[in-house]
Amino acid sequence: MTYRPGTLVRARPTDPDHHTRVPRYVRGHVGEIVERQGEWPLPDDSARGIAPPRVEAVYTVRFPARDLWGTGSHTVTVDLWESYLEEVSTDEP
Amino acid sequence: MSHDELPVAARVRRLEERVIAAGLTTGDELDALLDELLDGASPVNGARMVARAWTDPDYREALLADANTAAGSLGFATNGYRLCAVENTPTLHNVVVCTLCSCYPVTLLGPSPGWYRSFAYRSRVVREPRAVLAEFGLRLPDEVEIVVWDASAETRYLVVPRRPEGELPEEELAARVTRKGLIGTSAV
Repeated sequence: MTYRPGTLVRARPTDPDHHTRVPRYVRGHVGEIVERQGEWPLPDDSARGIAPPRVEAVYTVRFPARDLWGTGSHTVTVDLWESYLEEVSTDEP
Repeated sequence: MSHDELPVAARVRRLEERVIAAGLTTGDELDALLDELLDGASPVNGARMVARAWTDPDYREALLADANTAAGSLGFATNGYRLCAVENTPTLHNVVVCTLCSCYPVTLLGPSPGWYRSFAYRSRVVREPRAVLAEFGLRLPDEVEIVVWDASAETRYLVVPRRPEGELPEEELAARVTRKGLIGTSAV
């Protein structure tokens, strides 16, 4: 699966017991893919000593401040590994 | 109080002793790592890249397209991270944070300032950047859009500030670029 720029994705609303690099403030929120940056080992695996770790694409994802905080006109971009994301169905309101 | 007497220095020493005792690394390995990381690391490097981008349109284009290569072409290392340069314009202002820890392009900006690592900056700038920037003395007009870059993975961000008015030579331009300018908490 490769997400193209402009695709709407949701940061999975997970709360794992182990190390992860999904900032809490974007979990469950919808953002837009800006760029596919390249591929890197998944820190959730590396931190648990899983060898070899999964290697996944990392994406730049842009979130509108109003969706994250209920206020603000700025945007926040967050860099997220692919398994942190799920595609938002176009049928969703 | 000297650095060695600070509580944080004692904590770091205890941590070093523990990881060395556990056989995870050696003192020599740690020293070599720090030397490599900090050797020549200074905001002067980032400033030189920005001044070149202001005076050489080809370099600006190369920097925005592939910042690691553009850093390397001026002799600056960007070991272990992907570098992305984000450019301020009259209608767009970029500011960088790492909300999870304190990721930052050390080789180009030097060791990070304390405020960059503070909980206050990291939690507030994603939520109310306009207010945070105003506290730094940077008051942006309402029509300027703000983009906050949270360096949460493998990319480190470098802000290309707006060029100051006036025809200045490259070296003088570089001398005006501050570390805050390269993070986005100040104009140049």
